[in-house]
Amino acid sequence: MNKKTFEGNKAGCEDCQRRVAQRRSVLKTVLGLGVSLPFFDVVAAQAKDPAATPPTAGDQFVFVLGDKKGEVIKVEDLALGGPQQLAYPMEPTGSVVRDGSRLNQVLLIRLDPEQLSPEAKANSSEGVVAYSAICTHQGCDVSQWKTDTNTLLCVCHGSEFDPKDRAKVTFGPAPRRLAMLPVKVVDGVVVVASAFKGKPGFMDL
Amino acid sequence: MKTMKGLPICVALLGGLLPIAAAYGAGYTPVTAARLSNPEPENWLMTRGNYQGWSYSPLDQINAANVKKLVPVWAYSTGVNSGHQSPPIVNNGIMFVSTPSAQVIALDAKTGAPLWRYKRELPDDFSALHNTNRGVALYGDKVYVTGLEPVLVALDAKTGKVVWEATLEDYHQGYYSTMAPLIVKGKVMAGVSGGEFGVRGFVQAFDSETGKPVWKTYTVPAPGEPGSETWQTADTWKRGGASTWMTGNYDPDTNLTFWGTGNASPWFGDQRPGDNLYTSSTVAIDPDTGAIKAHFQYHWNDSWDWDEMNAPMVVDYKKDGKTVKGLLKPARNGYLYWLSRSSDGIGFVGATNYVKQDVFKSIDPKTGRPSYNADKVPGTGKKASFCPSLWGGKDWPFEAYNPKTGMVYIPANENHCGFLEGKVQEYVAGKWWTGVDIPDIGFTVAKDAKFFGDIQAWDVSAGKKVWDYKFEKSMAWGPILTTGGGLVFTGGTNDRKFRAFDASNGKLLWQVGTNSGITAPPSSYSVDGKQYIAVVSGWGVDPAFQQGLLHNLIPSWDAAVPEGGVIWVFALSE
Repeated sequence: MNKKTFEGNKAGCEDCQRRVAQRRSVLKTVLGLGVSLPFFDVVAAQAKDPAATPPTAGDQFVFVLGDKKGEVIKVEDLALGGPQQLAYPMEPTGSVVRDGSRLNQVLLIRLDPEQLSPEAKANSSEGVVAYSAICTHQGCDVSQWKTDTNTLLCVCHGSEFDPKDRAKVTFGPAPRRLAMLPVKVVDGVVVVASAFKGKPGFMDL
Repeated sequence: MKTMKGLPICVALLGGLLPIAAAYGAGYTPVTAARLSNPEPENWLMTRGNYQGWSYSPLDQINAANVKKLVPVWAYSTGVNSGHQSPPIVNNGIMFVSTPSAQVIALDAKTGAPLWRYKRELPDDFSALHNTNRGVALYGDKVYVTGLEPVLVALDAKTGKVVWEATLEDYHQGYYSTMAPLIVKGKVMAGVSGGEFGVRGFVQAFDSETGKPVWKTYTVPAPGEPGSETWQTADTWKRGGASTWMTGNYDPDTNLTFWGTGNASPWFGDQRPGDNLYTSSTVAIDPDTGAIKAHFQYHWNDSWDWDEMNAPMVVDYKKDGKTVKGLLKPARNGYLYWLSRSSDGIGFVGATNYVKQDVFKSIDPKTGRPSYNADKVPGTGKKASFCPSLWGGKDWPFEAYNPKTGMVYIPANENHCGFLEGKVQEYVAGKWWTGVDIPDIGFTVAKDAKFFGDIQAWDVSAGKKVWDYKFEKSMAWGPILTTGGGLVFTGGTNDRKFRAFDASNGKLLWQVGTNSGITAPPSSYSVDGKQYIAVVSGWGVDPAFQQGLLHNLIPSWDAAVPEGGVIWVFALSE
């Protein structure tokens, strides 16, 4: 499956649905490898494409990296006090991982609920908070953790964000906080409660 | 976007007030293969001035005697931050400047009046490690630029409208593109970045009129192809690197394009045993067919992130009384290389280090192959320090060759070292994958160093350094322009200055403070008999990252240089 084929054959929704179904079966075999199939970025009606749709209430999360790559994230998988885990949301009924856009990549972290600011706490559950993993500076992954300051750290230019305080910028060139994704815990599984608060992404490009 | 389209013709008739009408006059002068092979002194048709990559302007109206009268005549804000690395390209009074985020601005080169602007809408989820653009290429009636997400775009030179786009690769796989295309005989060639993201580099050629792909040549061979035996562990070639992020040079005599290739991937040689062709190399590619005709590798099994991205200059020099049809390259690895070129090979002639380098134990006098000091080779679980740091004796900023002085001018950096320790990193498409995290990249400076940036002038045939100019409190990140008027122009320092030196002896003759730090190549052109020097000032990307590290090491240095691009044009005051 490649970009050219899809673009050349846009006629009819029946065609779209067939290709989405094909993609689902491909995804089940590559689930969690974090491979983004490129052609979905050019589909005009993104609402029809579950992989590129932003995180939606009810979505679960899957690991992007590590031994549990592709598996659903449970609260017990998240170490209390950090570090964060990179994740993509997953639409639960068809198991479609929403990795069609990198802007859907999030980080999950479990903290002491008593240490959360009121705004962070309101969007958390059992101490689990979720934020966009895309640095607001130039879009690199906020995938590192600083143990001395307990802050989320961007790999590229060193911006730091405080996960207890609604991902406020505490150091570095990032111009604004990471977007926050409200979550809840259902039967031990972390689930999206509602859409992003704030816009994931960055300003430079 | 500033455009005059749609205005009634009666306005145009009112005394030629419209900048586009005035600037384009009788029409845009098409750029032909003949013009590119023999560019007029009054124009700057490609990023390094000529196919041979000399960064030399023959113009001499501005010279060592009068350069102190140089003043700004116009300036123009690009409206973009991040590192500006592209030279003003000029064709008969029309200037084209590309900027970060792959925008292109066209202006009247004499007055600075804006003509049109192309602004690319990039995908929401795209980010590039190096948000910059190194310049446009001209051919026919079109302007060619790489679109950052790796695409090649052809614009109408008169209007800036898109004529065609060709996708180079998928950015989700870690590819992006920042380089200025190279155009030879109607074929537009482009390369890609992504050496930190597990890409497999290539050069691809497209038809200049239609954008149809003509040939694609990978710079890492697949099993069965020549050189594939240098990737001993299965599948390491697939993510081997050898990115092609700087523009090639061209020798019309041998009909060969010369391309530099980037670091091997991941960064630690023991994770991919073998010489790893053609990483950290120069490859000679036939522009008609894409065939690799020859290669020279500067250092095998790279473990220092020493890209050899710049193509060597095509320069003839004397060796033992005989003229050598040569290639000349100050390499990132800290050595200045004299090579020879012919239709079927690249030969090693000699090499001398131009900065302190402690990795090479020796260099084979026949082949140029180095041997290494084992304790200076980083590996997986093996920390090693080495000098110079990963940014090398010089990075991508261009050296320049002046045929009148016979000298090459090198923006070198001394007194810095690095250290690295590798680990096996999980590969995920599109993610940083080098074997070491950015915060763990080691960078040190000599505490008692008296200088860092060092503009060095070497007599090419004599093989000796003639003069140098040391910067006490800055690295040198400025590409160099040299001119027939006997001058060397460069920016590159954290004090935001643009300087002119006497090319024969290195005396500082003129300087001016600009808005930001200059990491772009200067160019020179002339309109209506008057010579101009133009450069874009706008700091960012690696120089900015390094400046932050330098501030941590030397607190008296500012942590940052202000960003924001401005095109500066200078001329002699009346």
